[in-house]
Formats: sequence, C-alpha cells, structure tokens
Amino acid sequence: MGVSIEHYLILAALIFAIGCAGVLLRRNVIVILMSVELMLNAVNLTFVALARQQLSMDGQVIVFFVMTVAAAEVAVGLAIFLAIYSQRRTVNADDINLLRW
Amino acid sequence: MIAFYFVALLMIASALTVILHRNPIYSALALVNTLFLIAVSFVLLDAELIAMLQVIVYAGAIVILFLFVIMLLNVEAEKHAFRLSRAGTAGLALALLLAVELGVLVVVWEPARVETPPAGFGSTELLAEHLFARSFLPFELTSVLLLVAVVGAVVMARRKA
Amino acid sequence: MELLIAFVKALVALLIILQVTVLLLWIERKGSALIQDRVGANRANIFGGLLPFNLGIVNTLMADPLKLFHKEDIVPKDADRFLHWLAPFAAVLPLFVTFAVVPFGDVLVIGDTVINLQAAELEVGLLFILGMVSLGVYGVIIGGWASNSRYAFLGGVRGSAQMISYEIGLGLALVSVVLTYGTLDLQAIARAQGELMWGVIPAWGVFYQPLALVLFFIAGMAESKRAPFDLPEAESELVAGFYTEYSGSKQSMFMMSDFIEIAIVAALVTTLFFGGWQVPYLYRDGFHLPGGLFLAVPSLLVTLLQVLAFLVKLFIFCWLQILVRWTFPRMRYDHLMMLGWKRLLPLGLANVAVSAVLVLALEGWTVA
Repeated sequence: MGVSIEHYLILAALIFAIGCAGVLLRRNVIVILMSVELMLNAVNLTFVALARQQLSMDGQVIVFFVMTVAAAEVAVGLAIFLAIYSQRRTVNADDINLLRW
Repeated sequence: MIAFYFVALLMIASALTVILHRNPIYSALALVNTLFLIAVSFVLLDAELIAMLQVIVYAGAIVILFLFVIMLLNVEAEKHAFRLSRAGTAGLALALLLAVELGVLVVVWEPARVETPPAGFGSTELLAEHLFARSFLPFELTSVLLLVAVVGAVVMARRKA
Repeated sequence: MELLIAFVKALVALLIILQVTVLLLWIERKGSALIQDRVGANRANIFGGLLPFNLGIVNTLMADPLKLFHKEDIVPKDADRFLHWLAPFAAVLPLFVTFAVVPFGDVLVIGDTVINLQAAELEVGLLFILGMVSLGVYGVIIGGWASNSRYAFLGGVRGSAQMISYEIGLGLALVSVVLTYGTLDLQAIARAQGELMWGVIPAWGVFYQPLALVLFFIAGMAESKRAPFDLPEAESELVAGFYTEYSGSKQSMFMMSDFIEIAIVAALVTTLFFGGWQVPYLYRDGFHLPGGLFLAVPSLLVTLLQVLAFLVKLFIFCWLQILVRWTFPRMRYDHLMMLGWKRLLPLGLANVAVSAVLVLALEGWTVA
C-alpha cells in the first residue's frame, strides 16, 4: 500500500480546489465544464480512498453512479453550448445572458 | 510510495494545465491526462474495475465529446487564459481558502489504521453484488437518467433558432 | 525468479505484437496483390534472386521499416508542433500494452514451477483492452487537428465520431460474451472454452454467441478504421485523412497502430469466440477424443501445440480482415452511422437481453 489514506485525501482536496478555481476564473464555458469534471473526479478519488480505508465497497458503488451522472451532464451541457453557439456565436460565459435581466 | 508521489505530482501539474492553458484543446488533453492518472491511483487503491471504467467512460467518451465540440465550434485559443476581474480574484481567494481548509481537515482527522484488504476486495464480483443487490433501484434509475440525457442532448443540439 | 518470469512473459507479449505487426505489413502487400491479380512487393529479394525460391519476405520485412524510418520528417508550417509530434505516440503506445492480458497458452510446466501463459493476470482484462483501444482515438483526433490542414481535420473529426459510435456496438457485443462466461479475465474465458457440448462439440464462444461474433467483428473492423469503414482516411476524398500531413517514421507509427488494431481484433475474436489457445480435445495430459480414445502427449508439447493453435487462429482472423478490406467497397458516411446506430446497437441490445434471460433460465436466480 505504501502511503496512508491522508495522502490521497490531500491530493483529492488539491484537485478539487484547482477545479473550483477553474470554474471561478475561466470564462470559456467549455473549460468551465472541464473544471467541473475535475471537481467530480476529485470527489471520486476521495470516495475510492475512503472505501479502501473502511474496507467497504459502498464508496466504489457511489463512484459508479457519479460517473453516470457526469456522462449525462457533459452530454447535455455540450448540447446546450452547441445550441447557444448556433445563436450567439460565442462560448464566453460573460456573453451568455439568456437568463439575466 | 514513489509511485504515489509520481502520480500525484503529474496529476496536479496536468490539473493546473487544464485551467491555465489558453488553448481549450490543450485543456482537454490535460484533462485526459488527469483522469487517466486518477484511474492509476484507483488501481493503487485496489479498485481495478472502477479504474478501467474510469478510462473507458471518461477518456474514451466524455473527453472525446469535449474535443469534438471544441473542434466543431472551432474555438480559438484565447489571448489570456483569464483576466483577474474582481469576481475572479475573489474566486481565486475562495479556492485557495478551500484548499487550505480541506488540507487542515484532512491533517487534523485521525483515521483508523489502514488494514490490508481481504482477498477479493474491489473485485468485479463484489462490486456487482453491491450494485445489483443493494443499490438495485438507483442503478435502474440511472438508466432513466441516461435516456433523458440522450433525448435532451438531441433536442438541444437539433433545435434551430 | 518470479520477476524474471514476469519480465520474460512481458517480453514475449511485446514481441508477439511487434512480429505480428511487421508480418501483417507483408501479408497485406502480398495479399492485396493476390486479390488484385498482381505480383506485388517482389523487388526486395535476398541474394538478388539467385536462389531458386523467393526469399522476398525476409527482405521486405527489413526493407519496409528501414525505408519508412529513413524518410524525411516533414512538419507543416502552421502545424501545432507539439501536438503534431505527440499524436503518433498517442495512437500507438496504448495499443502496445493490450497484448499483455491476452493469454497465448494455458500453462507452461518447468519442473515444479507452473507458469500461466499470460503476461498480466488481470481480473478485468477485457475492460483493460477496451480502455486502451479507446485511448487510441486521441492519436487520430489530435493528429487531424494539429496538422492544420482541412483534409486532416475532416479525417480526424470523422474518425473520432466513427470510433465513439462503434465503441457502443463493440461494448454490447462483449457484454453478452461476458454474461455467458461470467468473468472478465481472458484466461478464464479461454479455459472455460475447453469443455465440450454434448461430448462432441468444443464449447467455443462462437456456438454460444454467434450473433455477438458478427457484431463484434463488424464493430471491431470499424474501430480499426479499415475498409469498408476507412472513411477517416478515404484516399479518394481526403488524400490520406488524419495522417495526410505525416511522413516518415511518424506516418509509419500510424500505420503500425492500424495493424496492431487488426491484431487485437483478431486476438479477441480468437480468445472470446474460438477458444483462444484451445485445441479441440487436447487437455493438459493429452488428447481425450470422443468415444473414450486417449492419446497421451508430453506436457511441453501440449503447451507448444496450444501456443501454435493461438497463433494460427490469430493469423486466420487477421487474414480475414485483410480479405474484407481489399474486396469490399467503402461505405458512405451516413450509411456508416446508420449501420452503427440503427443496426448494430438494437441488435446488440437484443442480444444482451436474450443472453441474460437464457443465462438466468439455465443457471437460476442466485441473488445474494
């Protein structure tokens, strides 16, 4: 095993923070969606690390569901970006203000 | 031990590339690298099946979708990866705070001893048992979710202004 | 000792893949010539043709790679240099490791040590292959984009759309096979096929899952982007598709990834549907023929026969793919997508459903 579980948790926390920073800083919606994927995966890593520590398979089962949701999210998200791009010719989050008034 | 630090350093570097590179294509490729490294750390954590699923689902499908859309829209590289607007600065500070908080929590937290796993931990059979026996309803519901997502994606992408 | 065994096994797996690739290059050149009624690849000959028989194969095997690696490496002016360099590696490296989980024999017994003839005994071997093959898409898509050429770009986009579409058909075909054998370990699947149905027919996957075999073979050929599915590199429309702007050793790496994909499809068809290394009626102690006949065979010879059987089957299915490539016309792109989504997908789903019901009916409910 080599390293203790805390190492994995810290790594996951760092990846999560990086993803978070990406969502807050970037204005390109596609990159924002990628950053969301980073955060989801950081959480997955936490689940698997804790599953290993607790010796329970529940963590791995949850990861399975997270992956399903992530796949659905990306498919719908990218379809929305395609639709927006065909109307507005932009992928910049600041220019997309359909719901703003 | 060495394997973990190697993976961890590469993972952080490529995660930073995802959010800092000006060109979305490079971001997507760095994302693949990050997700692949996460799959490697799953293997280190005795979760082989999940690791393989990670590679197939993320690298094989999700990031390809990203690349496909980036190419389809012909998204050019930006002049700057990001501008530090007031909201952006606040966001960066928040993200840093989050990293510190999570780090402190993890360090303060005292886990139970990590035991060597029993034979068959993380095996396909065990996971399937948990998935199909205990989480049967959620599992079936994900199929509905995926169906809705597929229909939604097609509707969104096909709609003409 | 164990480390040494693991090293040798990994080396053998790598050597198999390299040798098969180079041999396939020659087989394809000669085979296409045969089909088109030409002589084909007869210039490189050892001793200048002084021998009564043609040793061209030896020289072609050396001359072709040498020629390819000697050529000038040209990078287009406005290409993304880093990604242009990265793409061929991304295409070929993931494929190299796939053979690690393919069993090429049962066990080799030397004295007291029993060696499992599979480089990596991975419980999730089948998924490993699927994952690595899906990583191969990146070479196509990056190569097409980084070349900064319209032809290459179109090829890359076509290739990526085609490959993610056909991965579904591929996966569904494999799901029904996995349902039948109840394991993802290729060695376990190969061993399970050593039994007999009604005491006569070997219990090969092709008899259990004939539809899955057809689906897998079609989807696998589409996945390796070969005619009739070679839209990403259609020479009459896109020059050479995603590798239009590649030359020399980089281009040869793309070619190599093509051939490795052929070999992987052939290896999977062999292992999942045609018994892998199994020789009918041959067991560890010898031939048990139906009717009670028994023919003892020394253990070493058994292993040798099995490895030989695996290689023969492998080459038969490689040749079948080359045959298909040179005898079928290219499909139209909308037909290609229609085949993938409207034919293979429903058939695959139906096959999975029927297999699941049959497995349940035959084995009964065993829910924990």
